[in-house]
Amino acid sequence: MKEKPIRYFDYSLLFLIIFLLCFGLVMLYSTSSYYGSTRFGDAAHYLKRQLFATSLGLVAMFIVSKIPYRFWMKLSGLAYLMALVLCTIVIFVGRESKGQARWLEIGPLSFQPSEFAKLAVILFLAMVIYKTSKQMGDFKALIKIMVIVLPIVGVIAYNNLSTAIIILGITVCMMFVASPKYSHFIWMGIAVLAVGVIFIMAAAYRAERIKIWLNPEAYEKGYQTLQGLYAIGSGGLFGKGLGESMQKLGFIPEAQNDMIFSVICEELGLFGAMCLIILYLLLIWRFMIIANNAADLYGALIVVGVMAHISIQVILNIAVVTNTIPNTGISLPFISYGGTSILFLLSEMGLALSVSRGIKLEVH
Amino acid sequence: MQGELPFVRNKTHHRKKTWIIFLAVFFVLLFLIGRLVYLMVFCSEYYGQKAENLHERERDIKAARGKIIDATGTVLATNQSVCTVSVIHSQIEEPEKVIDALVTELGMGEEEVRKRVEKVSSIERIKTNVPKETGDRIRSYGLAGIKVDEDYKRYYPYDSLASKVLGFTGADNQGIIGLEVKYDSYMQGTNGKILTLTDARGIEIENAGETRMEPVNGCDLYISMDVNIQQYCEQAAEKAYRKKQADSVSIIVMNPQNGELMAMVNYPEFNLNEPFTLTGVDTDTVSGEEKQELLNQMWRNQCISDTYEPGSTFKIITATAALEEGVVGLEDTFFCPGYKMVEDRRIRCAKTTGHGAETFETGIMNSCNPVFIELGERLGVDNYYKYFNQFGLTQKTAVDLPGEAATIMHKKENVGPVELATISFGQSFQITPIQLVTTVSSIINGGTRVTPHFGVEIRTEDGTLVEKLEYETQENICSEETSETMQYLLEKVVSEGGGKNAKIEGYSIGGKTATSQTLPRSANRYISSFLGFAPADDPKVLVLALINNPQGTYYGGLIAAPVVREIMENILPYLDK
Repeated sequence: MKEKPIRYFDYSLLFLIIFLLCFGLVMLYSTSSYYGSTRFGDAAHYLKRQLFATSLGLVAMFIVSKIPYRFWMKLSGLAYLMALVLCTIVIFVGRESKGQARWLEIGPLSFQPSEFAKLAVILFLAMVIYKTSKQMGDFKALIKIMVIVLPIVGVIAYNNLSTAIIILGITVCMMFVASPKYSHFIWMGIAVLAVGVIFIMAAAYRAERIKIWLNPEAYEKGYQTLQGLYAIGSGGLFGKGLGESMQKLGFIPEAQNDMIFSVICEELGLFGAMCLIILYLLLIWRFMIIANNAADLYGALIVVGVMAHISIQVILNIAVVTNTIPNTGISLPFISYGGTSILFLLSEMGLALSVSRGIKLEVH
Repeated sequence: MQGELPFVRNKTHHRKKTWIIFLAVFFVLLFLIGRLVYLMVFCSEYYGQKAENLHERERDIKAARGKIIDATGTVLATNQSVCTVSVIHSQIEEPEKVIDALVTELGMGEEEVRKRVEKVSSIERIKTNVPKETGDRIRSYGLAGIKVDEDYKRYYPYDSLASKVLGFTGADNQGIIGLEVKYDSYMQGTNGKILTLTDARGIEIENAGETRMEPVNGCDLYISMDVNIQQYCEQAAEKAYRKKQADSVSIIVMNPQNGELMAMVNYPEFNLNEPFTLTGVDTDTVSGEEKQELLNQMWRNQCISDTYEPGSTFKIITATAALEEGVVGLEDTFFCPGYKMVEDRRIRCAKTTGHGAETFETGIMNSCNPVFIELGERLGVDNYYKYFNQFGLTQKTAVDLPGEAATIMHKKENVGPVELATISFGQSFQITPIQLVTTVSSIINGGTRVTPHFGVEIRTEDGTLVEKLEYETQENICSEETSETMQYLLEKVVSEGGGKNAKIEGYSIGGKTATSQTLPRSANRYISSFLGFAPADDPKVLVLALINNPQGTYYGGLIAAPVVREIMENILPYLDK
């Protein structure tokens, strides 16, 4: 029997990505046209910017998918350092929005280093874990990895707690896959829970968020959540139809950002929302297939990181919008407005596609 | 393609753990779908309704109130376009310019305007009832955030004409007094509605499929008042008011055949376009409560709401009852020594020297008290009260104006000889002027009790008849024969008796004078009145003039009869046309 490698490329994943991108652009236009025309006198203002970032992202995805992923092994340390530096700089020179500096201004473009940090952490951790994969059964190795990501998590948490949580989540997922054990992660889960409770208790404003979460109608700060719920509830089974959302007309603040899922619910109904969730599930399923068939553990870990990233953001975003968990700002991958986000998301997709190219099919 | 690092294969436990992550994600998403089902199916109605309440704005389209149109087709009450000026805070772009424009155009204090312009609210009303021209001027500034809504305001072209009869309306288009109250439901109409969807700034969304309910304008009220007669009467009333420095002068002109009122004056009237402005009172010195009391006084329709002792005009009723009962004939003779003893009381006649021997006919012409005391005695309390009821005196007239006062009469069981005697010449009880006019009309029109009224017809805006207003009548309250006798007797009063000041060449006029003292008697205040009708044998018009508290001469025959004559002189030729 002769092994004959066949070049593989995951077209299902590519199709899913393109479908999600197109769907996202349509929904973004529908949601943002009101703000676009009232603030900038151009209904397509946000769409144009997003289109620009998406094109850039598609180019990046194409290039990255062509590069054999093991190439990044050497650069990942540098990327991690760069992310750390950028995330530190942004604290001091970043453009402020709602009291939190998250953007670096480069000429007419603004750049969100924390989005880059996610990609950098995925690549860097994949490399580190890959190198030490034999010791992953040892609890010390887990601690070591945690210590490695701690600086960037700390820096990002300074003004963007949700991104820090996502990075931590990605880290845990990657370690979980690499480790042969379960018990460590159960202990870790308990520890995170305990720290989380203390963390919430420590600051009054966080406890307040919990109260708003439990009863958004009673608090003025529950406005955004409540408006989202109005949108979701008024959608019903099949929604009001594309473009017919009322809540996007200034009722939901910045509907094109983190709350876009509520507008999708309002316009396309439960049916549309479920279709979207199924699309994400298919996407995640493709990641799992690619990770499990990757040529080596490094590729698998990269895809696991990407999978964790998308999964965590989708889950947290939908959970926030449906008021299942307290409000925190997390965007919906491929759909929420945000240039940096879409650029690096598509780069990650390029990585996953690159890993899929490395899969060797065995033909009998 | 291997780097400097060793190639590590993907092991089975890695795959298994990736699977576990996928499964975990799968179940969490499944749970979130469950949450969505809960929100979008079970809470859909709740949240959907809340959202709708948030988006919908309801705007009223005011219905135009029906007009009041007199017998000549003259419009006495109509609507004028006025504007309501408001600001929408979220749409204001240049607050300083907005404040400047509003201060100059509306003549309001800058502080007040600023407070409202800067107030964070969806819409803030600055001023209502702004003339249309001012509203148009404000619009022409083209400033964002100023909203000028057109609206209707009730307008009375004749200002004070028949003010207490017509009445006026309040801010919500509801009648406050007079006919405006009585026929409110006809004239009010139904407001229309526009339901629109708005965005968060309150701006209406175009093409959002607004639901519109057209307003139904109110119906027009056609009344029997004749603006010319009303004006004659108001002039006559004003003249008497000034000449006699009276407290007030009331005049009622009625068609005795059907109860249609042609004029009703209560001088001084007030300006219907400014019903809350007190005339001749320093409003700064009175408290809010006092001001309301003064306003109520000013708005009071004395012809309907005030009772008085009718005095000698009531002798018409006593005579009719006596004739009807057959206890007196025209040729019956009486003797008046200037007084009559009732029990131990000596009741004086107006002529203290006495009228001497006289017939019933001359007794009426002389308005001789002892004659009527005698009639009262002949009738007896039971019969007398029977006729009060039969003539309709004890009930309200049911005039189509609000606030009619009831007759204040002795309880039958409390009437002794003295009370009976005083009642018979119109003292010791009180009735309203409208009651007197109605009862006398019913006696002289052949015996049909009529309902006094202004309302004749209700028509829509374009003149289509909606309703012909019907009023109750009661026939044979006295016999036709008695009615004719009364016409004859009352004509004699004017042509030869105490009412000769009301005589007009070429017309046969019937009538009766009265001079009533108001309570308390010690105040020496009088109400001089005269009731006249013409033509005496087939009355077409009946006029009552009442001068309240005249200075100097206060005999009805001397001061009230000329007022009626003056009115008759004007309106009799006018009505003959």
